[in-house]
Amino acid sequence: MRKLESKFLDEDKLLVLKIVDEIDEYTAQKIRREADYEIKRYMPRKVVFDFDSVTFMDSAGIGLVLGRYKFVNILGGKLEVANLTQGVKRIFEMSGLLRLIPVVEGEYLV
Amino acid sequence: MKEKFENEMKLEFISKSSNEAFARITVAAFASQLDPTIEELADIKTAVSEAVTNCIIHGYENTTGIVKITGKLQGNKIILEISDNGKGIENVEVAKEPLYTTKPNLERSGMGFTIMESFMDKVEVESIVDIGTKVTLEKSIKKESLQLENKTEEISAI
Repeated sequence: MRKLESKFLDEDKLLVLKIVDEIDEYTAQKIRREADYEIKRYMPRKVVFDFDSVTFMDSAGIGLVLGRYKFVNILGGKLEVANLTQGVKRIFEMSGLLRLIPVVEGEYLV
Repeated sequence: MKEKFENEMKLEFISKSSNEAFARITVAAFASQLDPTIEELADIKTAVSEAVTNCIIHGYENTTGIVKITGKLQGNKIILEISDNGKGIENVEVAKEPLYTTKPNLERSGMGFTIMESFMDKVEVESIVDIGTKVTLEKSIKKESLQLENKTEEISAI
C-alpha cells in the first residue's frame, strides 16, 4: 500500500508529497523509500510534505523529515512542511525542527 | 502483599515494528475505560509507540524477541509497564537525554524518552545489560474532562 501521494508541478519544480498514513518507525521506513524515490525522479527545487491526513505521529517523524531535509539540501533544493495537525505540530515543536524548516498552509496542496 | 487494581491486562507480541500500531491501539482501547480526552489518548498512544520502538530497535536490535506490556487501571490513573529481554541500557540517564541516540544512521532523533516524559506524568526506566529493560509509564486522566463530558451528556439528555 502506498504511503505517499505525490504531485509534481513542472513550472515551479515543486514536489508535493502528501503522507497518507500514521507515522511510526514501521511506516517511516516505507515513506522514506517512496519519498527518496520521488525526489530522485523529479529533482525538485522545492519539496513540500503535506501532513493534512496524518492522524498519528511519533518521533520517527522527526528523523523522517530531518533526513529528507538534508537530502533535498544536498541536491540544492528546499523543504517545507504543510498543514500540520495538532499532534504532529507538538512533536515537531518539541524537537526544534520548526526553527529549521518553514511551515506553510496552502490550498494548492490539497 | 500484591496491590489490587480495578482492572489489569497483559499483552505480548513479537518484536516486529509492524506491531507498533497494534500495541498503541490496543493500549488506547484499554485506556479509554477512563474516559480520557482525545488529546490524553493521543499522549498515551505516542508514549507507548516510543517505548515499543525502543524495545524493538534498541532492546532487540531488530532480532526476534518478545515485547511485553502490562496495563493497570486504578482510580483515574493508568500504569503501563513495557518491557523486553534485550540488550539493556548501560547508562539510563544518558539514554534519557534529549537528542541522544545510538542509532543516528537509522535516522533516530533521540527524542523518545523526552516525548514519553512530556506526554506522561511519570516515566521510570529499569535496565540491566544483557537482561532487559522495563519502562513504567503513568498518567492520571484529568477529572475536569470527565465532569465536563458528564455535564454535556446531561445537557444532551434534556
